[in-house]
Amino acid sequence: MGFSFSKEGINNVFKEWSKDYIIYAPKRIIGGGAFSDTDSIRYEKIDTVDEIEFNVKSTFSFKEILLPISQTLFFFTEDEVKEADGPKKGAIIFLRSCDLHAVKRLDEIYLRNGFEDYYYKRIREKGKFILIGCKSAFENCFCVDMNTNKIDAYDASLEPTENGYVMDNKCQDWEELLLNNSLSQDEVNPSYVTETKIHVNIPEGLSIDIAKSKMWDEYDSRCINCGRCNFVCPTCTCFTMQDIFYTDNGKVGERRRVHASCMVDGYTDVAGGSSYRKNNGQRMRFKVLHKIYDYKKRFGYHMCVGCGRCDDICPEYISFSNCINKLEDAIKEVNGNE
Amino acid sequence: MNSNNEYIPFMSEIKEIIKHTEIEYTFRMTYDGEVKPGQFFEVSIPKFGEAPISVSGIQEGLIDLTIRKVGKVTNEIFEHYVGDKIFLRGPYGNGFDVDIYKNKELVVIAGGTGVSPVKGVIDYFSNNSKEVKNMTLIAGFKTPKDILFREDFKKWEENINIILTVDSLDGDEEGTYSVGLVTKYIPDLKFENIKEAVAIVVGPPAMMKFATQGLLDIGFLEENIWVSHERKMCCGIGKCGHCKIDDVYVCLDGPVFNYVKGKTFID
Repeated sequence: MGFSFSKEGINNVFKEWSKDYIIYAPKRIIGGGAFSDTDSIRYEKIDTVDEIEFNVKSTFSFKEILLPISQTLFFFTEDEVKEADGPKKGAIIFLRSCDLHAVKRLDEIYLRNGFEDYYYKRIREKGKFILIGCKSAFENCFCVDMNTNKIDAYDASLEPTENGYVMDNKCQDWEELLLNNSLSQDEVNPSYVTETKIHVNIPEGLSIDIAKSKMWDEYDSRCINCGRCNFVCPTCTCFTMQDIFYTDNGKVGERRRVHASCMVDGYTDVAGGSSYRKNNGQRMRFKVLHKIYDYKKRFGYHMCVGCGRCDDICPEYISFSNCINKLEDAIKEVNGNE
Repeated sequence: MNSNNEYIPFMSEIKEIIKHTEIEYTFRMTYDGEVKPGQFFEVSIPKFGEAPISVSGIQEGLIDLTIRKVGKVTNEIFEHYVGDKIFLRGPYGNGFDVDIYKNKELVVIAGGTGVSPVKGVIDYFSNNSKEVKNMTLIAGFKTPKDILFREDFKKWEENINIILTVDSLDGDEEGTYSVGLVTKYIPDLKFENIKEAVAIVVGPPAMMKFATQGLLDIGFLEENIWVSHERKMCCGIGKCGHCKIDDVYVCLDGPVFNYVKGKTFID
């Protein structure tokens, strides 16, 4: 059912939600940007609707809530391990259509690819998703071409209007609370984008032979393997194990997992000193093909959701969408060589 | 503690340590449960981390982990003695299915520690030699002092054809070792029907490349060759991404691959 709210009304709803949930939303961090006097939009815990940044794409994605940047798995004593406690409250997460599509990708890896991930599942099953509608596309977005511009699988939606907020709710448990705090009940359809400035063409007939193309060499010098593209990506899910020991007692510590990047040195290092993909161009190839080729081969749909955050963040102005659009010529190049 | 939590390791006791070389020991560990040759365990040492180690021997209630001292975790394992306990988790990966090789002419080509993952298969057919038409093991090591599983070779020799070769004698002129790379012996292999013969190749990447090529050159079919790959299997359960190649997770879909799939891998 759809609802209209005044600011006070929706804040009352938030207050009620806070009893059982932590509310996470994109929030403007003043001065938090990479350059002086620039802001960054990051996911933070919020209490009131004013704190939500509705008008700008978030620099980092919601994934840090389901997959914390650094997550303690268990604690060690000398010969015992103790599982780390999970969050007591659930999570209500405000996110856009592309990001809600990304949740499906995280679920694919963490709930279905091999063993079910215990730590992901315990946060995920207490998660609720509130869609922020997009009235128009942002810079570098290409969701329409990735078919991620629209989604129905939300628990509720929320959008600001001229004099308040409108919500479409699908969560039965919330109906009464929303009814009691709303101004009126009307049908609400979340906004969605139908046109983006950036377009991508993922050519048919891609194969792993594309790895032999010279198109990747360009990135050997342009890319500085900082890994920012991975860390902002809502569908990148890699991590590395890390053991931490306390300085006061060297026999007690914890094992964590921390976000990892296939662009950064050390990602493929094996014991004894060897590693794979030493050139940045080959790392770019590995990442790009995962997003728009081999993930689909395994799971049946593309990994990339077209949010464009990788292009927003790259300090070297490397464009992922441009890279995709070079693939058609690269196929011709590779086929011509044979 | 939740039993669905694959990341929590369990305690395993070191029952025996077999010293092959100065830097390669086999740790015989307690383990009750199903396990196949070629599968691996994550050896989990608090403070040092985890390392994927393949199972090199399987007995009732025991598994062998043959470990080379080459990194942070493995260096620390070498500080442990019989009676000590170590954390493990696993087994992970597909492992070798010995049924595939039954009643066939089987050749196993292994280099260095590459003998470990396939050793369970060799043990099986050495103990049940009637279950293969014939079996040849070509095992290569750098020098005589790098040879692993010396005791096992003596046992295997009674049941299967063994070609034990070293890259160089490295001053050890006493022993009677064949000298040469494993590939040297491939053209001399004799088969009743090479189109039906099966092979397993495990070792360093360059050795695997040239050994499989050698087998194809003498007439082996690609689909009759199996290889085992090593990558950085950090979580072992298809999550962390480090071992992914193309659409394959080495930890889930491998480490054992038919060559038809294995040959397509571009890291």
